[in-house]
Amino acid sequence: MSATDFTPIVPSAAGRAVPEAGGPAGEPVSGWLILRAFTGNWQARTGVAVVLALVLFCFLGPVLYHTNQGTAGLDLNLKDLTPGTRHPLGTDDTGYDVLGRLMVGGQSSLELGFAVAIATTLVGTIYGAIAGIAGGIVDGFMMRIVDTMLAIPWLVALLIMVNIFTPDLLTIILLLTLLSWLGVARLVRGEVISLRTRDFVLAARTMGSSTSRIMWRHMVPNAIGVIVVNATFSVADAIIALSTLSFLGLGIPPPHADWGQMLTSGLDDLYNGYWWLVYPSAVLLIITIIAFSLIGDAVRDSLDVRLQRR
Amino acid sequence: MTWYLVRRIGQAIVVVIGVLVLTFILIHMEPGSVARSILGIRATASRMAIFNATYGLDQPLYKQFIDYVNQVVHGNLGTSYYLQQPVSTLFAQRLPRDLFLLGSSTVLALLISLPMGIYQAVRRGGAGDNTLSAVTFTLYCMPAFWFAVMLVAVFAIQIHLFSPLAPTGTSLGSMLTQPRALVLPILTLTLIQVAGFSRYMRSSAIDTLAQDYLRVARAKGLPERLVLFRHVLRNSLLPIVTIVGLSLPGLVTGAIVVEEVFNYQGMGLLFYTAATHHDFPILLGSTLIVGVATVVGNLAADIAYGILDPRVRYVSD
Repeated sequence: MSATDFTPIVPSAAGRAVPEAGGPAGEPVSGWLILRAFTGNWQARTGVAVVLALVLFCFLGPVLYHTNQGTAGLDLNLKDLTPGTRHPLGTDDTGYDVLGRLMVGGQSSLELGFAVAIATTLVGTIYGAIAGIAGGIVDGFMMRIVDTMLAIPWLVALLIMVNIFTPDLLTIILLLTLLSWLGVARLVRGEVISLRTRDFVLAARTMGSSTSRIMWRHMVPNAIGVIVVNATFSVADAIIALSTLSFLGLGIPPPHADWGQMLTSGLDDLYNGYWWLVYPSAVLLIITIIAFSLIGDAVRDSLDVRLQRR
Repeated sequence: MTWYLVRRIGQAIVVVIGVLVLTFILIHMEPGSVARSILGIRATASRMAIFNATYGLDQPLYKQFIDYVNQVVHGNLGTSYYLQQPVSTLFAQRLPRDLFLLGSSTVLALLISLPMGIYQAVRRGGAGDNTLSAVTFTLYCMPAFWFAVMLVAVFAIQIHLFSPLAPTGTSLGSMLTQPRALVLPILTLTLIQVAGFSRYMRSSAIDTLAQDYLRVARAKGLPERLVLFRHVLRNSLLPIVTIVGLSLPGLVTGAIVVEEVFNYQGMGLLFYTAATHHDFPILLGSTLIVGVATVVGNLAADIAYGILDPRVRYVSD
């Protein structure tokens, strides 16, 4: 995909079309305009509000609502209790309070989502920028590596990786980063290549700017749009990946908790009518993913507003 | 066009070689060693040395790689540690079931999402469009396992309409005799794909609707039905070709999850079982096949696009 690149549409790694940042004239980004479009967008407001509520629920919740989520002192006589005054969402099959477990489980999902999004964005941006600036054989080689890794579906790679490394939260964060920087790298490289030939970059170069100055002063600010959109979506993608892994029983082993694992272990009990073991975690999981996707859509739309004003 | 094709095929070959290198690296990342995995933990050092000599595992790495490629080219993907059968035999048993599951759900998804996308584009901003957009957005966000579990919870556990387990026949033919058990696996994969396809179809049709040739078609008095079928549908289909080509990795992920949930005896379930039993030959054989299929799928989509749309000019600078 070097100079003879042809892509009819621009799907990102996750298959979402991402607008080209910078625009044809490559004007400097007007941050205020984007911010105004973003805050005026109902999707953005809903998404941000929900994410804030979730952060409060998961991190402040355990401070206000004390439950035993450790390994010691669990009473197995208290397992599978129906929701009542002492346990608003009942208890699970090992006696954990479900509401408290939802809070603890949400912590790891959110931590992982943000960590992977940040790491992915950094690695992908640097890799893509290097490939785009270097060009030629170096670029071709670097991009074939990306193509090769993209040919392996993420779940296939992840299931092999958990057979090689023992999963804990940090390992999963590193593995997910290893598997998901590829899309960002492609996007950033594409941006850099299209920006490289713009007049303002040529002008900067003629004036004697160094490559790193051109990079940080001209290219990164112009490519920031696609990067941010992608980062938002990758929070949701990482949460999906962790919950899928936990669902398949290959995630982080107990006593660690996350929503995917709660959903799986509750599933067998659904036949007994223990709805509280499945639906609360299912609802929180889907709400979280939808909230991040709404924010991603809203960021993209507000960048579109800027593009439309040209 | 020819030059573009040559370059594009050249790139595909490089990526296939890359996939081979990647699986070869993964073989050597296997914890312990191959001899240890096959002979068991009580194997003596001398037996392991004999094993390594027999299978060429004491050779230098580059020579092992050449041997590996040679084996793969001849269809030898090794023997499953866990099931004690050749990997290629296991794949051959399961591949038809996957072609059926993935094929039928993709066709169904296209049959639903193409008219839906056009309807939404024509009625853009209306109540129907907004409702469908909200539905497909929600579907698009749902993880495959989440969606499968909810379908089981509602249709199999709460109202007992369909079976929560896929048919377990030995051949595809015997599985087809239990259609009620096939509904949920196919429905899950179909709806997951509908979400992606219809969003692209909608935006593609919106682009097409703004073209001048549509105004001409309407101006010359062509009935709206013909305008939609002859002009809008045909032209908006083009990007969908690429999307279908690119959707294979996502479909594989979906297949692993869906086959695990419904116990559908396909490649996905085989892969999942291998992942829970450290069965490396199957893990790597599947990776190789999926990787090559993805590369070929993308290449085919690119070429098909060029053939279907003569306006496309592959620029080379």
